[in-house]
Formats: sequence, structure tokens, C-alpha cells
Amino acid sequence: MIKEISEWSMKPGRDGFGEGLLELGEVQPKVVVMDADLSKSTRTNWFAAKYPERFIDMGIAEQDMLATAGGLSMMGLIPYTATYGTFVTGRAWDQIRTTICYGELNVKIAGAHGGISVGADGATHQALEDVALMRAIPNMTVVVPCDAEECKKATIAASEMYGPFYFRFGREATPVITHENTPFKIGRAETFHDGEDITVIANGPMVAEALKAAYILEPQGISVRVVNMHTVKPLDISVIIKAARETKAIITMEEHSIIGGLGGAVAEFVSQNCPVKMKIIGTKDTFGESGQPDELLEAFGLTSEHLIEEIKNILKK
Amino acid sequence: MNDINFLKKIALQVRKDIVEMTYHAGSGHPGGSLSAVEIMVSLYFSVMKVDPKNPDWEDRDRFVLSKGHACPVLYSVLARKGFFSPEDLKTLRKFGSHLQGHPSRLKTPGVEVSAGSLGQGLSVANGIAIGAKMLNKDIRVYCLMGDGEIQEGSVWEAAMTAGHRKLDNLVAIVDYNNLQIDGWVEDVKGLAPLADKWRSFRWHVIGIDGHDFDQILSAFNEAEQTKGCPTVILAETVKGKGISFMENKAEWHGKAPNRQEYIEALEELGFLKGGESID
Repeated sequence: MIKEISEWSMKPGRDGFGEGLLELGEVQPKVVVMDADLSKSTRTNWFAAKYPERFIDMGIAEQDMLATAGGLSMMGLIPYTATYGTFVTGRAWDQIRTTICYGELNVKIAGAHGGISVGADGATHQALEDVALMRAIPNMTVVVPCDAEECKKATIAASEMYGPFYFRFGREATPVITHENTPFKIGRAETFHDGEDITVIANGPMVAEALKAAYILEPQGISVRVVNMHTVKPLDISVIIKAARETKAIITMEEHSIIGGLGGAVAEFVSQNCPVKMKIIGTKDTFGESGQPDELLEAFGLTSEHLIEEIKNILKK
Repeated sequence: MNDINFLKKIALQVRKDIVEMTYHAGSGHPGGSLSAVEIMVSLYFSVMKVDPKNPDWEDRDRFVLSKGHACPVLYSVLARKGFFSPEDLKTLRKFGSHLQGHPSRLKTPGVEVSAGSLGQGLSVANGIAIGAKMLNKDIRVYCLMGDGEIQEGSVWEAAMTAGHRKLDNLVAIVDYNNLQIDGWVEDVKGLAPLADKWRSFRWHVIGIDGHDFDQILSAFNEAEQTKGCPTVILAETVKGKGISFMENKAEWHGKAPNRQEYIEALEELGFLKGGESID
């Protein structure tokens, strides 16, 4: 289903987004791409170069961009807006809630620079609350692809469903663990590694960390199931129920705050339907800071090493 | 002239509807609805191409009510135009009604945009206008905003976009009634010189008396003839227009008439002259 670890290559999620848009440009004439002066960084400039008549640079005006996208969708077009996840989900939240989600408009919202791994730009640019902000709004679908390949698939899949859609991806190169034929369906989680002792439900680049942990623990006699829960909303509850029944505990892991993201979504379901020991791994109730992506991920506990510790802790209890 | 008499007759009916709807609802926004009556009646009964039997007709002109709280005037005009039964108007703001306290495009036939949080409609209208140009569709887009509403910064983001993109298929109308919830707009946060503001954002500006049908219709006509830039109509209006005790009073922004006030209002509009009951 996925690549052997020896075949993992490195690529930024945003490149997958850029490639997905290029493919859509060819097959879906209704797609219009919008950016708020960050087109080089979000990779929408690739689409802009090839399809200039279907690209709109809205300037530095996120609120205007999102509501304008709403208007475009009312004409039957499929607008994709791109800017950083912090900016779009924060600044334009009201436009997303009132105009797009309450109005059930077909707008696709890409949040770039997701997570702490943004690095040197620091807290203002590191999206750590975006999933929580988007997940709270009715009618919204929220997807956090696990790698560049999946990000490309999510970009294309978004055009094939009607309705508001938020997806977020990172700036830095992260392992590409899936290949072209790895299944991807919005709303359906994939079990990337089977295990019997504990289940790690992860998304974004944390899926690779979870797989690394599983491979390291296997020879030590600890069997870890790894689930790629790329769709945070709607949650794939069947996979969660199965994990709660068949394994001793569930750990969630995401490059996002522990408040309101994937961990929150899973905990809401588990606590009410199939209580089982749980641990939520993510950034604590704190802002990010500047640094190298790797040192930040380590400092904020978003590595396979930290996950291994948590797995051992929870199994001891 | 006959045309104008026809519009005046509808305007009177719409004023009655607004008072009646908010009375039955026990809440709502009569002031900013009454100020926009002539503008709205002109749009739906003279200016715009719409088909009440086919609200989703692809080639219809689009109207965006950005000042969503003024939905009583929109609902009344839509009902009188035939989008739904005028009987429904009495269900405004009631549980289960398709007439929500602020407009919902999914619930009410003819309502294009869900709105209520201010300052978003002009961007939506821009999106429709840009989309129409991309698709080579010959439709026109109208967006009604409040004067207090344009204190929202996002309105000026949208104004910049429309000017930059030369959206000459778009007309914005400012219902310039000079009042907002907290008092006179000039006291809360003044807009003057408003025409200069829009001009500096590359818009064609037309100032009119927003209760004079001749001026309204000629402004919409001038807007249609104006090419290469969007047009904004600054419509000087009176908040609460037509009901003397509501006129120019901020308190009537978001308050329903009680029974006595309702009767007085209907009498002033010329209804109840034959001594008929309101019940």
C-alpha cells in the first residue's frame, strides 16, 4: 500500500499542491486559482504561468479573497484560494463561516505553511490552530494530507466533491511515503501498518514519524498500528471503533495544537462511544518560535523518538 | 409616468409589509429596511432581469444584500415579485420559517447570498462579476450596503478589487441614511467625503435622492452606460422613511413596533382608513 522506508524520498507538501493544480488546469476548466501575494511560496505560480486567464492575484487581502471566491463559485466555477494557513483561517474566518459555509459554497481553501516546521519565520507564520478553527464550522471538510503525493491527490479530489473544503500542508520537504497507487478517498482513513498493542492515529508529516516508531518498536516486541487519518472532518469512525476494540490504547499525533485538532476530534468520539486510554500528541497550549525545522520538531515533541516514549508510557499504565 | 406610479404603489405595499412583518416577529430591523424601499423596488420591478418562476435561471442579474439585517425589505420585494407567497412574510424570524432573521440563500427562494455579518457582500458581488466576465455572460450585479457598514475594512479591500479589475458589470449602492445603531454615522465614525473615497478607489460615483424613483432609475441607467470602471450610487435616504415616528431615529434600527405603533404606522401609510381591524 505504501513505500518501503528505504524508498522514501523527500518533497514539500506544497509541491504536491502545485502539481495537483497543474493537473486540474488541464482536466477541469472550471477551476480558478486565487492567491494573496504569496503565489511563489504556495506554488500557485506554477498554475498562473500556464493558465494566466484562470489565475487571480487578489493582493494582500485575505478577507476579500475568500468572499470573492464565494461569488465565483456562485457562477459555477471552482475557486481554489491559497495563502498561509494562519492568515486564511484567522483573518478570513468570518468570511469562511458566514459567506462560504453557511451559504454552502463550493470553495476550496488551501492553507500553506502548516505546522511548526515552517521554521525561521516563527510563531506568526506557523499554523497551529487552523484545523481547530476550520473543524468547528458546519459544512466544512478538513483534510491534512500525509505527504506531497497525497497532497496532490487531495487537491484533485477536492474538485470532485461539492462544498467548502480546507486542506493544509507544510513548507519543508518531508518524507514521501505513499505512491501513485496508494488509495486516497476523502473521509476514509487508511491503515498503513497493522498492529495489535496500540494504535497511533496521525496525519500530515506525523504519519511518517508514526511509521518510523512502529518499525523501531516491532523488533522490541511492541506491535503498533498506524492509521493515516488525513480527513479530520468527517472522521472515519469505523477505524477508530476498530482501534478501540482491538488495541489497548490510542495515541493521536499531529503538527497542530493539542486543542481542537485531530486529537480533539478523535477524543470527542472515543470518550462518548468507545472509551479507551488515549494520549494526544501535538504542540501544547503555546505559540511556536523561530528555529530550524528539525530542532523545532524535536523541541515541541513531534518526533518518532518522543512518540516511542509515549507509547511505552501508556502501555506501562 | 405610469411606470413610476406602479413602482410607488408597490413601494407603499412593501412599507406596509415591513411594518407588519417586524410587528408579527416582535423583533427585526425596520429602519434600514424602510430607507431602502425605493431602491429595492426599482431593482426588482424595473432594472434587473429576474424570473420568479425560475429563481436559479442562469442568465439572471444578481442582487447581493450585504446589509443583511435589512432582509425585511428584500423578503417583501421577493414575495411581491412572486418568488414565494406574501402569506409567508408573517413567519419572519419564527422557528421553522424560511425567512430567517438574516438572509440564508439555502432557505429562501430568490435570496442569492447568506449575509448578516457586515462587510462581505461587495467581495461576493465582485466574485460574481469577475466570474460572469470569465464566462462571457452578459449579466449585471447589484450590491446594497449600509453607510455604517462601510466602516468595515473589508469593504475597502473589495472596493480596491472592483476598481482594479474595472468591473463595469457591477453596481454598488450605499443606503446613505446617516444612522447606525449607536447614533449618527458622522458622530460614530464619519464617512465624509464619501464620494471622494470611492473616486479615489477608481469608481464612477453617482449621488441621488434615494427615495426619488426618477433619480434612481436614471442612476441605474447611467451605471449601465458607464464602461471601464464600476459604479457606486450614493443614495441619500431617511432611516425609517415613511413612518414619521421612526424617521431619523437610530433606535428604530433594530426594534419592532408594538401594537399601538403598528396601528399608527398603518394609518400613516393610508391603510386602516375604512376602520378595518389589524387582526
